[in-house]
Order: sequence, then C-alpha cells, then structure tokens
Amino acid sequence: MPILAYRDALNQAMLEEMERDDNVYLMGEEVAEYNGAYKVSQGLWEKFGSRRVIDTPISEGGFSGIGIGSAMVGLRPIIEFMTFSFSLVAIDQILNNAANMRYMSGGQFSVPIVFRGSSGMAGCLAATHSHRLESIYAHFPGLTVVMPATAADAKGLLKSAIRSDDPVIFIEHENLYGEKGEVPEGDHLTPIGKANVVRAGSDVTMLTYSRSLITTLAAAEQLAGEGVSAEVIDLRTLRPLDMDTILASVLKTHRCVIIEENWPYCGIGAGVADRIYQQVFDELDAPIRRVTAKDAPIPYNRKLEASMLPTVERIVAKVNDVLYRKA
Amino acid sequence: MSQVQTAPRTIVDRQKAVIWLRQMHLIRRFEERAAFLYQNQKIGGFCHLYNGQEACAVGSIGMLRDDDYLITAYRDHGHALARGMDPKPAMAELLGKSTGCSGGKGGSMHFFQAERGFLGGHAIVGSHIPLATGVAFANKYRGGDQVCLCYFGDGAINQGSFHEALNMAGMWKLPAIYYVENNMISMGTQLERSSAVLDLTVRGGEPYNMPSARVDANDVEQVAEVTQRAINRARAGEGPTFIEAITYRFRGHSMSDPQKYRTKEDMDKAKLRDPITLWENRLLQRGWIDESSLEQMREEIRDQVEAAIEFAENSPEPGPEDLYTNITVAPYTPQESD
Repeated sequence: MPILAYRDALNQAMLEEMERDDNVYLMGEEVAEYNGAYKVSQGLWEKFGSRRVIDTPISEGGFSGIGIGSAMVGLRPIIEFMTFSFSLVAIDQILNNAANMRYMSGGQFSVPIVFRGSSGMAGCLAATHSHRLESIYAHFPGLTVVMPATAADAKGLLKSAIRSDDPVIFIEHENLYGEKGEVPEGDHLTPIGKANVVRAGSDVTMLTYSRSLITTLAAAEQLAGEGVSAEVIDLRTLRPLDMDTILASVLKTHRCVIIEENWPYCGIGAGVADRIYQQVFDELDAPIRRVTAKDAPIPYNRKLEASMLPTVERIVAKVNDVLYRKA
Repeated sequence: MSQVQTAPRTIVDRQKAVIWLRQMHLIRRFEERAAFLYQNQKIGGFCHLYNGQEACAVGSIGMLRDDDYLITAYRDHGHALARGMDPKPAMAELLGKSTGCSGGKGGSMHFFQAERGFLGGHAIVGSHIPLATGVAFANKYRGGDQVCLCYFGDGAINQGSFHEALNMAGMWKLPAIYYVENNMISMGTQLERSSAVLDLTVRGGEPYNMPSARVDANDVEQVAEVTQRAINRARAGEGPTFIEAITYRFRGHSMSDPQKYRTKEDMDKAKLRDPITLWENRLLQRGWIDESSLEQMREEIRDQVEAAIEFAENSPEPGPEDLYTNITVAPYTPQESD
C-alpha cells in the first residue's frame, strides 16, 4: 500500500472527486495559483483551471455564502479555510444558512458542501490562529463534523464528505499535514459516523480524535509496558457520534478516559461523557476522566503553548485514576 | 454609473398588465388578512408585511423566466406570491401547518418554493446576499443563462456580507441582480441615520464594477423596464446590476412596531402614490380594464384569500415525529443522551 503524507492524501481525495464529478469545485484563499497556504491543493489549479479551483479575496463570510448558495442549486463546493480560526468570520453562513437550510425549507433545499482547513495549536500561532472549534460546530443539528487523524482517514473521510448530501465541517490539523501513513489506492471511502478501534485492549477505553491520537497511542504503549491493556478508539466523526462502538468498548473495559485538544468546559469530551453516563452508568467502575487543553487562551510562548496540550504523562495519570492504580 | 428612471414606457401587454394588477391586489389582501390573523394570535413570532412595496416584487419577478431564481429577506410574502406561490401553502406556513410552503418549520420569515426557483426568505439581515451570488456563480459555472434576483432592504447594505458578495459578483461577472428595496427606514432607523450617503446607487454599483440604477418602485412598469435591462445584461454574460428601488412600507417594520419614528402626514403623503392605485389608474386610462372587471377581480381575490385561510385553518399541524425530519439528507440520529 502506498505511503502518503496526510496533506497528499487530502490532495488525492480532492483530485479523484473532481475527476469523478464536474459539480465538485474548490474555492478559498490562495487555493489556486499559490497552491494552498499549506499546499493541500498543490497542482489542482494547474490540472483543473480557474473554473474549478478558485482564488477568492479575503472574504470568508462572502465566499462561504457563495458556496452554500451554489450547493442549494446542486453544485458540490469544497470551501477551504486557511485555518478554521478564520471560519469565525463566516460562522453566520455556516450555522444559520448551511446547517438550517434543509430544515427551514421543509426539505426543499439541501446543502452538499464541505468546509475544510487546518486547525489547532501548531507552534507559536497564539490566541487567534490556534482555535479548535469542533465543539461549537458539533453543537448544531444539521452539520456533520469530521476530524481525521491519519493519512488513510484524511483521504477516505474527505471523499465521503464530498459525496455527502449534507454540510460537512472537515477539520484538519496543521501539525498532521506531514504525518505519513499507508493509504489505500483508488476509491477508498471511510464511512462518516464510524469510529475506529485503533488498538484493542481490555482494561480501559481511551477515546480521542485528530492529533491527540498520536499522544494517546504513545500513552497506551507505555501502559502496555506496565501491564495495562488500553483500548484506543479514534472517534473520527464527532457528529453523528458512533455510540455503538464507544458503548461496546466501555461495556468491555468498564473504564473510560477521553483525550482531546479543545477546552474542557462544554467540550467534545463533556458531551461524550454525558452520553456514556446516561446510558451505561451502572457499568462504569470509575468516573470518566478527561484530558483536555488547559482552560486559557492559547499563548504565543512555545513552552506555555506546549503546557496546554495533553501529554503522555497527563494521559497516563488519568488512566491510573480510573484504574485506581498508583504509578 | 447611476441612471434615474423617469418616464414610464409600455413594456407589457394587456394580459400581463392585468396579471400584475391581480398579483398586487393579492399581496395586499393577503397581508391585510395576515395582520388580522396575527392580531388574533393565529400567527406567531415575527411577521413583516409588504404593503406598499408590491410593485417592486411584481414588476421585477414578472420579467423572470420559469428557470430563473430569486431570493429575498424576511419580508418575503410578496415575493413568494409574485412568483406564483399559491396563497394556500403561504397562509398555511404562517399558521405553522404541515401543508405550509416550508412544512410549518420556516414561518413568516422563511418561505421557500424550490419548484419555482424561490430560494427563500432569509432572516439574518444581509446573510442571503452571498447565497444569491452563489446561485449566480452556479449558473455561470454550468454555462447556463439563468439569472438570480436578490432583494434586501436599505438596512442590509451596511452588512459586510453585502460588500463581500458584490465585490466577487462584480469581479467574476456573475448573472445576479441586486435589488435594494429602499423604504427609507431600517426598522426604526431612518436612512440618514444609517448610511453616510443617501444615494444608495453609489454604494453598490461603481465600487464593484457594475452598473447601478434608481427606480421609482411605486411604478410597476418602471421596475419591469429596469429589471429587463439588468436581466438582458446578465444573460449576455456582462455581469451583475445593482438597483435601488425607492419604495415605502405602509405598515410597521413588523407587527409589533408602534411606528413612532414617522408621522401620520408622512404616511398620508406616501399613500397618495400607492403603487396599486397608480397601476389601476394607468390600466383604466389605457382601457385595459374597467370598473366592473376591477370589482370582479377584487371579489375573486377576497375569495381566494379566504379560501387560503380556510385551507390553513383546516390543515394539520406537523406531528411530534416531524421535529426530526428534514434535518439532514442522510438518516438523522439525534445526539441526545437518553
């Protein structure tokens, strides 16, 4: 199986879907002639031309709305945000128009659109350019929220997102673009709404997604050396959540730790933990623990920034908590 | 380059002229009955009536082809009816019924009718202007010659979405026609308290490389004429047009508006130029209608609107299961905890 970088897997997904369907186009800042701020769209403008790969002015609200309007009449736009931090400028379009259109039109207009782009704390980008907004988007009925952690899922989920008839928030991570992995060739589709058991285990369930999958797997490896069998699940889709896979694991391990890089209060883990508690409280042998970003704006200073994020040490400490185990 | 319209010319035939009069009367009657139903608490939420502005929707939508598109803001009943929506599903939507034009889930501000290319009423001011631009983008992308008409009020031109969308439409020569229905009052804020310049044609035309025009929107024929020019231009691939339609609303911003920002004299003066009366008189002068056919038309419209109310009253409400329908195309799973 070919080894591709996450960035190139995304590129391949767009290339294949644009070849397959003329209704698919890519629009955003610097996506065409510049080949993308993070080079995710490398070569696409050269191949497809200015009709289908379109540079925009710096008008996130405007071009997001243009994408939504074109989707209402049958096109399948991919709208790139240079970073999801900039989607805040377009949030009215995403939340009021894309998410609500099908409902408030009584099913007459759907919005098959993908909003994609980088996100996260990626090295001294400071408070305005490091946002992780998945919990905001996952809050809203009507949206699908997807966050791939691997190159294979970057390709497979993006292809599924482009083929989805509903608006998809597709959040990449800036630090994952160079991460390499095996990627199936051809029509590789990762289903939306399905989590992935990345590492099987029996003592504790570790739920995570996006970049923190890497840290979580490292923690699981360390725990294995200490005799703890951890099951690691990559959620992949945050809305709709794959409760079947989550509950099957929790019913097996009876213990759960949730690892994420967004803020704790009203974060994804808070919502996931609530759903587990409401459904299988009696099966739990310990309270669910969460490892999240620290509850502060994102600092510029490199050391302070690093201190925000989940680490192997923080994850192992929470696993020890739910196992009532001393390190 | 702004152009001021003055002399009306005959650009419609008798048959179409009479249809337009009928549509204007239908809108007026529909809105009056909606106001009554609102006061009787049959209609909830916000309800913005189109009285006084009828000629703007009727004269412009009247120039569209069946395969064209239109989109508007929350004062949307008039545009829907001018596009040919049956008043029955329109009234049923106001009453929140499942037979409504949006299944009872949109309400007064969110009328839709896909089969007539009516892409909705939209209630966040200015938010639909990029959507219209996207529809025009799609028309051009596919190589068709359909146009998209986009209506908004004078309040909307102060939103960033307006300027972002018009910039891209002008740059990419998209087949869109932007109509600011300038009724001089953004809710309760007069134009001079919301816009640094009072000539709105300079805010949406030349800065974005598109022609602009001002039209007396009490005159349905002038509206039609300026719209036709814009449509011809758009179909020919020459790009968008910005039109300032000077109009006046005869009722409050919404049903809950005491209208303390204007006087009775202002209103009396405006009503001297009621667009329906102006059009009626012109058709009488041309001998295209007479008093008896006019009386018959009014009676038919009264019956039509009463039948719409009866239909709406007798229609079922959406059931509890409808809460979760039409959220996504894919099967929907509520993300609830229990």
